[in-house]
Amino acid sequence: MIFDLADILPALPEMILATLALVLVLVAAYGGEGAENAKRVTRIALGGIVLVLILIWSGTAADQTAFGGMFKADSFASYMKILVLLGTSGALYMSITPLAKDDINKPEFALLVVLALVGMMLMISANDLMSLYMAVELQSLPLYVVAAMRTNSLRSSEAGLKYFLLGALSSGMLLYGASLVYGFAGTTSFSGIAAAVSADQLPVAFVIGMVFMVSGIAFKISAAPFHMWTPDVYEGSPSPVTALFAIAPKVAAMALMMRLTYGAFGAIEVEWSQVLIALSIASMVVGALGAIMQRDIKRMMAYSSIAHMGYALAGLAAGSHQGALGVMIYMTGYIFMGAGSFAIILLMRRDGQSATRIADLQGLSRTHPMLALGLMIMMFSMAGIPPLAGFFGKWYVFLAAVNAGLVPLAVVGVVMSVVGAFYYLRIIKIMYFEETDEPLDTDMPTANKMVLGVSIGVVLLFFLGLSPLLEAANVAATALMTQL
Amino acid sequence: MIDNWPILSIVTFLPLAGVLFLLLIKGDEKALAQNSRFVAMWVSGFTFLVSLPLLIGFDSSVAGYQFEEKAVWLAGTGIGYHMGVDGISMPFVLLSTLLTPLSILASWRAITHRVREYMIAFLVLETMMIGMFVSLDMLMFYLFFEAVLIPMFLIIGIWGGPRRIYAAFKFFLYTLLGSVLMLVCMLAMYIDAGTTDIPALTAHQFAESMQTWLFLGFLASFAVKVPMWPVHTWLPDAHVEAPTAGSMILAGVLLKMGGYGFLRFSLPMFPLASEFFAPLIFTLSIIAVIYTSLVALAQSDMKKMIAYSSVAHMGFVTIGIFTMTEQGIAGAMFQMISHGLVSAALFFSVGVVYDRLHTREINAYGGVAAVMPRYAVFFMFMMLASVGLPGTSGFVGEMLVLVGAWHASSWVAFFTATGLVLGATYMLWLYRRVMFGAIVNDQVKAMEPMQMREFSIFLPLTFLVLLFGVYPMALLDVMAVSIQFVMDGLSASGLSLLAAN
Repeated sequence: MIFDLADILPALPEMILATLALVLVLVAAYGGEGAENAKRVTRIALGGIVLVLILIWSGTAADQTAFGGMFKADSFASYMKILVLLGTSGALYMSITPLAKDDINKPEFALLVVLALVGMMLMISANDLMSLYMAVELQSLPLYVVAAMRTNSLRSSEAGLKYFLLGALSSGMLLYGASLVYGFAGTTSFSGIAAAVSADQLPVAFVIGMVFMVSGIAFKISAAPFHMWTPDVYEGSPSPVTALFAIAPKVAAMALMMRLTYGAFGAIEVEWSQVLIALSIASMVVGALGAIMQRDIKRMMAYSSIAHMGYALAGLAAGSHQGALGVMIYMTGYIFMGAGSFAIILLMRRDGQSATRIADLQGLSRTHPMLALGLMIMMFSMAGIPPLAGFFGKWYVFLAAVNAGLVPLAVVGVVMSVVGAFYYLRIIKIMYFEETDEPLDTDMPTANKMVLGVSIGVVLLFFLGLSPLLEAANVAATALMTQL
Repeated sequence: MIDNWPILSIVTFLPLAGVLFLLLIKGDEKALAQNSRFVAMWVSGFTFLVSLPLLIGFDSSVAGYQFEEKAVWLAGTGIGYHMGVDGISMPFVLLSTLLTPLSILASWRAITHRVREYMIAFLVLETMMIGMFVSLDMLMFYLFFEAVLIPMFLIIGIWGGPRRIYAAFKFFLYTLLGSVLMLVCMLAMYIDAGTTDIPALTAHQFAESMQTWLFLGFLASFAVKVPMWPVHTWLPDAHVEAPTAGSMILAGVLLKMGGYGFLRFSLPMFPLASEFFAPLIFTLSIIAVIYTSLVALAQSDMKKMIAYSSVAHMGFVTIGIFTMTEQGIAGAMFQMISHGLVSAALFFSVGVVYDRLHTREINAYGGVAAVMPRYAVFFMFMMLASVGLPGTSGFVGEMLVLVGAWHASSWVAFFTATGLVLGATYMLWLYRRVMFGAIVNDQVKAMEPMQMREFSIFLPLTFLVLLFGVYPMALLDVMAVSIQFVMDGLSASGLSLLAAN
């Protein structure tokens, strides 16, 4: 392959971030061990991410490919990358104070997050089995490390190890599936794979390869039945890391799932659609029922995210332009609901110690009225109560599902959303209907205030911005449908 | 000039502006509480005044929607901002704007903690209720319809009685389960018709097989709201635990959302399915009327008894609507407005004595009439209106429903009339036990007489109940053309029932 200067331009954001990561290595290494340096690294990383965000936001929407077709930059990629960048920067911004309080603010944290971010962005732009696998691994490895970052905690080490083992298993499945697909298609490029098969001439092993690949990615978005790692990792990781996990990688993995199914496997929609329907139903049911019994809010958020992925997959299973659009609207609401919820979860401390039991929220509406109001809005939104963001996401994914004739899927989905409403309401009940004598700590870092404020604004006024958002998602969905 | 004002938008969102104002209030707890009460009172009172032009400017000879407002929301998708009222929705808008200030006045002394939050919840609730009645876009309707749950959940859960948490959850989840099934149907309708505009959907012909499913989905939602037997069980719990003002709004306005939904969606959009399922509705409604009347007879809690009587009265409404006759529908509409006024007044009556004795047990009372004679008069009037005494609004609604039911089937009329007798039994018995007899409870003797504030809540309600009782045309005239329009739509769809008449 000839390396061309023209290849750099489409991948400029990734290049910048990769360079930034290298610079951060130097800053981390020579800037001293102390907490000051950790803050400095985080600030530089944030600056870089914001720069890239502006770059993508103002960039052209034209479709471009680079590196011999392995890398694709189109408006779909831009849309999803903006979501990932927003989510990551929010989580990173909020991490500064809690990490310092837990005395684990190492310079490596921000550095690893930037590396994972490069991986996520490459996942979104992957257009070839090779770049796909490379991106997934680049995203995963730094995250395994940050999950185990609290080295003096058994829980955190356990989370890191679990995440690593199950993540490795999923990578293995992904790789095995990719090799089968390659074996039958004779090429690793998505367009080549799409051209190699048609619905009436379909080798069984090719379908098996597809199922393995979809399962591997389902691990990454924690769709049931590949969700087992999620609650433990969410609970065991330090809270700022959980916040990151809950938001950004899900969007990236979902984007990859969309690229793969709509692109490489576009011709065998009937086959993968069945897989996604099964994943969707399982996730909605497991997520809704699993969350009911949880006592730890991070575990509850884990099950909640499983359920959310189930809803998003319901749109994807429709296999249509409308479905892609629905998933994008859903994920847009999702990152803001997640960021807003974690802005509050990160503040849950009592006597300086992180307190993550749901019962710790007791009487929050008396002791911290604004936080309680914020969390209530997030919970109602996640439950899909209009006119909040979560409702519109559900409206568009189920619209696609019903339009594709998947009415039973939509019915299961809405019924499960009622079950889900129960545990979101439980949080509101504990905050508003109960009293407490032991209030949580009151100090509130600016970062959390900012992220919470922005999230509340977006979730509450989602309907006002829906029109331009739909337009952007429409363009992006068109790009996705015609990506080959 | 006033013709060009977006009155409906102003009426809908004015309470929200009041919420912003409430958020700005500062001061110590006592001053904050008092100021919040006044702000909420002024805002809701002003909203009522602003809603009056709807009544004055309403042209009751026009079948279509009036005061229409259209704006682009989601361009090119068939979803838009569309508001308007006709003879069916306009009375409900005024009912909402009237009952909200009265409810706020009713909670003046009863609510003492978190007053500002309480008032915010009520004003948000008002916006959602009005918005639901004036929306002419199905998605907008759903937004408001569902969003009502949020403030009501909090009102029951924070300011309710001892079992408030159970009641709030039951209310929320029951209603939500019904609504999400309706949501799936709305998606299917949107896909089929390509728009969520209600007038356009009314003109759209849905295939007969599709109508059946759509009807059932909407029934799931509206039946819970109305509530119809057997999905009524959330209502007694919610009423008993809710604060007085919450019950007033719940019975006065929120229960009407189901009946309104039937008239706005089910009947005009799925006429064939409506006719097919009418016997089912009749059966459920008759069970509701008779069974819940019997249950009401067995209650020892005043609020619970009135809550069950609401279920029975709403049974009349559903019967009236599905007779698909002009009298039946007019009767159902009349009954809804009348029940909105009467039940709000009855729940307030319970609140008046509850504020003094802090119990709702009927046995704790007795001889109240001797201590509070003026109160006894108001209570009696409302009780008789609930029973359907001629000269009160209750009579007109029930009479028209019975006439309509007679057209549909004499058996339906027979069983419906049985409910009337039972209704009279438990209400009169309640009145006797609370108001008359010897005073056995010493606390009753010490009850203070009715205040000016309480008087001023009863007065407008009494006036309207009386007005609609002696001059029903005041209300019927407003609705007539719109109901005729619904009937025209039904006969255009070639129902056999109508052909037979």
